[in-house]
Amino acid sequence: MLKLSNIHKTFNAETVNEKRVFTGLNLELEDGDFVTIIGGNGAGKSTMLNVIAGAFKPDEGSIEIDGIDVTNMPEHKRAAYIGRVFQDPRMGTASDLWVEENMSIADSRGHRRGLRWAITSKDRERYRELLTQLDLGVENRLTTKMGLLSGGQRQAITLLMAAMKKPKLLLLDEHTAALDPKTAAKVLEITDKVIAENKLTTLMVTHNMRDAIDHGNRLIMMSEGKVVVDVKGEDKKKLTVEQLVNMFSAAGGKELSDKAMLSN
Amino acid sequence: MTPLLNWLGTLPGALTQGLIWGIAAIGIYITFKVLDVADLTVDGSIVTGAAVCAFLLSKDVNIWVAILCAFIAGMLSGLVTGFLHTLLGIPVILAGILSQLMLWSANLLILGGSIIALSRFKYADKVLITAESSAQNINVYITIGILLAFCVVIIALLYWFFGTELGMSLRSTGNNLEMSRAQGINTDFTKVLGLALSNGIVALAGSLLAQQQGAANINMGRGAIVIGLAAVIVGEALCAKATANFAVRLIFVVIGAIVYWLVYQTVIFLGLPSELLKMLSALVVAIFLGAPYLKKKYFANNKKKGGAVNA
Ligand SMILES: Nc1ncnc2c1ncn2[C@@H]1O[C@H](COP(=O)(O)OP(=O)(O)OP(=O)(O)O)[C@@H](O)[C@H]1O
Ligand SMILES: [Mg+2]
Repeated sequence: MLKLSNIHKTFNAETVNEKRVFTGLNLELEDGDFVTIIGGNGAGKSTMLNVIAGAFKPDEGSIEIDGIDVTNMPEHKRAAYIGRVFQDPRMGTASDLWVEENMSIADSRGHRRGLRWAITSKDRERYRELLTQLDLGVENRLTTKMGLLSGGQRQAITLLMAAMKKPKLLLLDEHTAALDPKTAAKVLEITDKVIAENKLTTLMVTHNMRDAIDHGNRLIMMSEGKVVVDVKGEDKKKLTVEQLVNMFSAAGGKELSDKAMLSN
Repeated sequence: MTPLLNWLGTLPGALTQGLIWGIAAIGIYITFKVLDVADLTVDGSIVTGAAVCAFLLSKDVNIWVAILCAFIAGMLSGLVTGFLHTLLGIPVILAGILSQLMLWSANLLILGGSIIALSRFKYADKVLITAESSAQNINVYITIGILLAFCVVIIALLYWFFGTELGMSLRSTGNNLEMSRAQGINTDFTKVLGLALSNGIVALAGSLLAQQQGAANINMGRGAIVIGLAAVIVGEALCAKATANFAVRLIFVVIGAIVYWLVYQTVIFLGLPSELLKMLSALVVAIFLGAPYLKKKYFANNKKKGGAVNA
C-alpha cells in the first residue's frame, strides 16, 4: 500500500544549520496495516509523514502509494489518497468555518471543486449521522464555528474528516498529545473504530509506549532517520514497555525523550 | 436653518459615494477578510476600471459592455498580482505594490493622458448614473436606485458563490492553509482566483465611479485600499451579531462605506481643510486595525496578573 524507497532528506543543506534527517529510509506497508511509530524527539517521525503527504519533497528516493508513484505529485493532488490528523487540534480544521462547512470541505476531497452548492440537506443529514457516532454531543452543533469546540471534539471531527473519503492512507501525528488523558483515551478509541470500520492503512505516531503496543498490528521505532525496531503480529502483542525500552538501547538509538519514558 | 438644510443637501452625494465605495469594499472584503491578505492592487485596479469604462464610452461602446470590460480588466490585474505571489513567491503585499505600479502605466496608456472627461451633455444618455441632478435625464434618486440594485445583485451572487464547493475552498484557504492543502485544495489556485475576483469587483466600482464623477482620472485611486478597509472595519463593528451570515456581513460592509462618506462629508461641511482628509482616514483605519491588538494585549496582561494571584 505504501512504499518508501531510499528516502534522503536534508534541511538547510550546506548551511551551519544543516540537518540530515534521512539518509536512505526504507519502509513498506501492507494493505490494512495499522502501524504505530515511536522514537525520540527529532528522530524524523513527523518529517516522514510530511514527506509521504507531500508537504516536503525528498531530495532523493521515491514514494509509492498503492502502486502509484507520487514522488513528484503536489501535496493537494496527493491528498486524494491521504487523510491526516495533526498534533495541534487547531491545525486540522478551519476555526472560523462551521462544523458542517469543515466537513463539506473534507467531503469534496479527491474531486474537482466546482459550482455545486456545497452543503445540501442530504449532506447535512449524513454529517449529523457521522457526528452522532462520536458520542461527543457535536451532532447538534453543525453551525457552530469549529474554533469554539474543545480540542478533543476538534480532533475527533478531524479524524472523521480524514476518514470520510476512505483514503488509501491515514497519517496520525501525535494526534492525542495535546489532549488530557481522558479525552486522549476517548479519541484513541474513536481512532480504532474509524480505522477498523473503514479498513484504513494507518501510520500513527505516538509518544506513549503503552498506546503504541496496545494499538495496531505493527510497531516501528525510529532513531536518527532510520527504522531501528520493527515488530509485527504475535510478537507485537506480547511486547512490554520494558522490552521496548531495552530494544531501543540495543538498537543503539539515542536516549528516548523523558516524555516517552514516563508515559507508560 | 440654512446650515442644516445645506448639510442635508450633501446626503444624497454621500449615499451615492457610499454605495459605489461599498461595492469596492465588498471586493476588498474578499481579499482582506476571506483570503486574509492585504491586497494593494486595488489602488490601481479601481482606476483601471474607471479608465476602461471611460475609454470605451468615448468610443461609443454600450455602457453595459463597458462595465463588463472594466470588470474583466480588474480581474486581469488581480491575476497579475496572484501570479507574482504564487508563481514567483513574492509576498502578497509586495506583489500588490508591483501590480499597482504596473497599472499606473497601463492606466495612463488607456486614458491616453491623465484624464478622460465625460462631458455631461455628450454622455448623459449613455451613462447609468451621475452625481448631480444637473444631468438631463438621470436624477440622483435614480442613481441611488441603480447603485442599490448593483449592490443587491453583487451580494446575492457572492453569497451563492461562497456557498459552492469552490467558494468554500477559498474560504478555507484564507482560514487554514495547511488544512486546506491536506484536504486537497490547490491553494495557489484559490488565492489567484480570490485576487482576480476581488479586483474585478473593485474595477467594476471604478467604472461606476467614473460615471458618477463624469471623468476617469489617473489619481482617483489614491488611498482606495484605505477607504475600502475603513468600510470593511466600520461594517464589522456595526454588525454586532457574531453569527451573521455572509450576505449580512457584506450588507454591513456597504453600510460601513456609507457611514464613512457621511462622516467624510460632514467633516468637510464643518470646515476641516481638505488637505487633512486622507490623514484623517488613515488615522481612523490605523486605530480600528490596532484596536483588536491592544484589546488582546490588555486582556492578556489582565489574565497574567489574575494568574499570578491564583498561583
Ligand atoms: N522545516 C524544517 N526545517 C528545518 N529543520 C527541520 C524542519 N522540520 C524538521 N526539521 C528537523 O528535522 C529533524 C526531525 O524532525 P521531526 O519533526 O521529523 O522529528 P520528530 O521525530 O517528529 O520529533 P518529535 O517527537 O519531537 O515530534 C529535527 O532535527 C528537526 O529540527
Ligand atoms: Mg513530530
